[in-house]
Amino acid sequence: MPRLVSHPDEVKIVSRRFGLGAEKIDRYIELGGYESARKCLAQGPDWIINELKASSLRGRGGAGFPTGMKWSFVPKQSAKPKYVLVNGDESEPGTCKDHLIFLHDPHAVIEGAIIAGLAIGAKVGFIYLRGEYRYLLEIMEKAVADAYAKGFLGKNIFGSDTEFQIITQTGAGAYEVGEESALMESLEGKRGVPRIKPPFPAVVGLYGGPTVINNAETIATVPYVIEMGGAAFAAVGSPKNGGTRLFSISGHVERPGVYELPMGYNLKKMIYEVAGGVRSGRKLKAVVPGGSSTPVLLPEEIETLGMDFDQVGKAGSMLGSAGVVVLDDQTCIVEFALRTISFYQHESCGWCIPCREGTDWLKKSLTRFHAGFGVAKDIDNIKYLAENMLGRTFCPLGDAAAMPTLGFVNKFRKEFEDHLDGKPCPFAKHVELAVV
Amino acid sequence: MSPNNTSTETMTLFSPQLAARLDALVEKYPLRRSALVPMLLYAQDEVGYLSDAVVAEVAWRIGITELEVRNVATYYSMLRFKPAGKYNVQVCTNISCMLRGGYELYERFQEELGIGHKGVTPDGVFSLEEVECIGACCWAPAIQVNYEFLDELNPDQVPGILADYRAKAAAEERSSHA
Repeated sequence: MPRLVSHPDEVKIVSRRFGLGAEKIDRYIELGGYESARKCLAQGPDWIINELKASSLRGRGGAGFPTGMKWSFVPKQSAKPKYVLVNGDESEPGTCKDHLIFLHDPHAVIEGAIIAGLAIGAKVGFIYLRGEYRYLLEIMEKAVADAYAKGFLGKNIFGSDTEFQIITQTGAGAYEVGEESALMESLEGKRGVPRIKPPFPAVVGLYGGPTVINNAETIATVPYVIEMGGAAFAAVGSPKNGGTRLFSISGHVERPGVYELPMGYNLKKMIYEVAGGVRSGRKLKAVVPGGSSTPVLLPEEIETLGMDFDQVGKAGSMLGSAGVVVLDDQTCIVEFALRTISFYQHESCGWCIPCREGTDWLKKSLTRFHAGFGVAKDIDNIKYLAENMLGRTFCPLGDAAAMPTLGFVNKFRKEFEDHLDGKPCPFAKHVELAVV
Repeated sequence: MSPNNTSTETMTLFSPQLAARLDALVEKYPLRRSALVPMLLYAQDEVGYLSDAVVAEVAWRIGITELEVRNVATYYSMLRFKPAGKYNVQVCTNISCMLRGGYELYERFQEELGIGHKGVTPDGVFSLEEVECIGACCWAPAIQVNYEFLDELNPDQVPGILADYRAKAAAEERSSHA
């Protein structure tokens, strides 16, 4: 069972009901649950979207797109049915926050989906969980059945004449399906390859209908935004970055865990105070701030860095999925870079060439490099390959593979050079990584 | 060839419970085909893998060709076309697990079981797989045995974990003969 953590600096909004038995519907209601949905039903779509806009809530999946604005793009009139899609395909290495939401607060996901449905005028919502999360899917399915039994879902939600149905869905193992259009393909019973955009999902999405797709954390946050009021939620975070974020802190720290901290919280403090510092009194070597696809940061870059979309972007990386991975001074960056690219090579769907070939050649180059058979020009070749993937693929997976690779090579060039000409790696315990 | 013309009770490969579940599954969505990925996974859970017969029945249930089923199934890493062990041990070695000893754990499983990536023990009790991130990064290193998560492990726990599952397999074997 995943361990829950706490720290005095946490501001518990989304995680407020964690560990309190709120997966049971009566307990969720006792703790104030489903009041936000009732309120939204009374207030109507324009009011909901305005509250969301006022909240500065931005997408928790990684792109950070303002949620209220995303919802406002859905056409009011549509010949085809509209859909709400909750993306619970959580697969970005370093990220395990949705795991806890499904485990402890499944009704917040349902309530958020109802509110999204009211906002855009959808009658059906889908909650898609990655296949590995079977026990969480069972929790989610029980919660959905309980919500139907109470009349919160169905033809007449909360006794009104408004309809909202929820359908749960399991994946079967695919990182790529976390990309919004690939997820829609998967839900339509196909291979999870991305669609070309435009048209964007808000106009042509699932089954060709206008679709709002949000990360599970974003959706689970919505009822809390409504409860607090958009302005109060915005005030918790930093400018243009409303509220809190569930930070998954992992790797070489004393107290790894999922901590809910205000947007803009200092990264150095997050590592040294919240997560208890680097393990065994070692020194910090680097930190991956937002899941494995985000470029690595050096210790001197995190001193005054506030963890929100804009500040991390300005520092040359991304807040992404807020998976903070901490590396101590005994970590081999070449090995770490190789493990990262191996993942993207494994997950590339092969649909477009720069990603399929790029990830494969990067993996081959880094494997050779790490084994001590690299030559000097390999370093620039790696950079050349990665740079030519950027922006040239259907979906962000190509960028997700190229960006961290460039970060490792640019910031740790010396360590790459130290691996040249048959020199053994000073840190790695493994000569060659297994092919996954 | 319409599913309605044939009694599923006489046709199906699956247990009555699973057959009933799959009958309901195709009715759940605006389009029947949306049931494909879950149907494959649920069928695999019962049969152990996607045999030719499973592919054929799923194709018939959805109303698409077997080739289309295979085309989709090959995309998803959890779906397999060969049997795995009764307990499929999936060890995550992705970055967060790697930093906290995921490879040491994986090596210990290899030693104890005497098999490598995607191997199956001769008695069919265990199979082993090195897998990508399973979403347990803050509780690393983590593994999944079938769908069960085990987290914050160290290699010395491996023999005990395997003994527990071996005992479970033996108990099930006894009760199925009783």
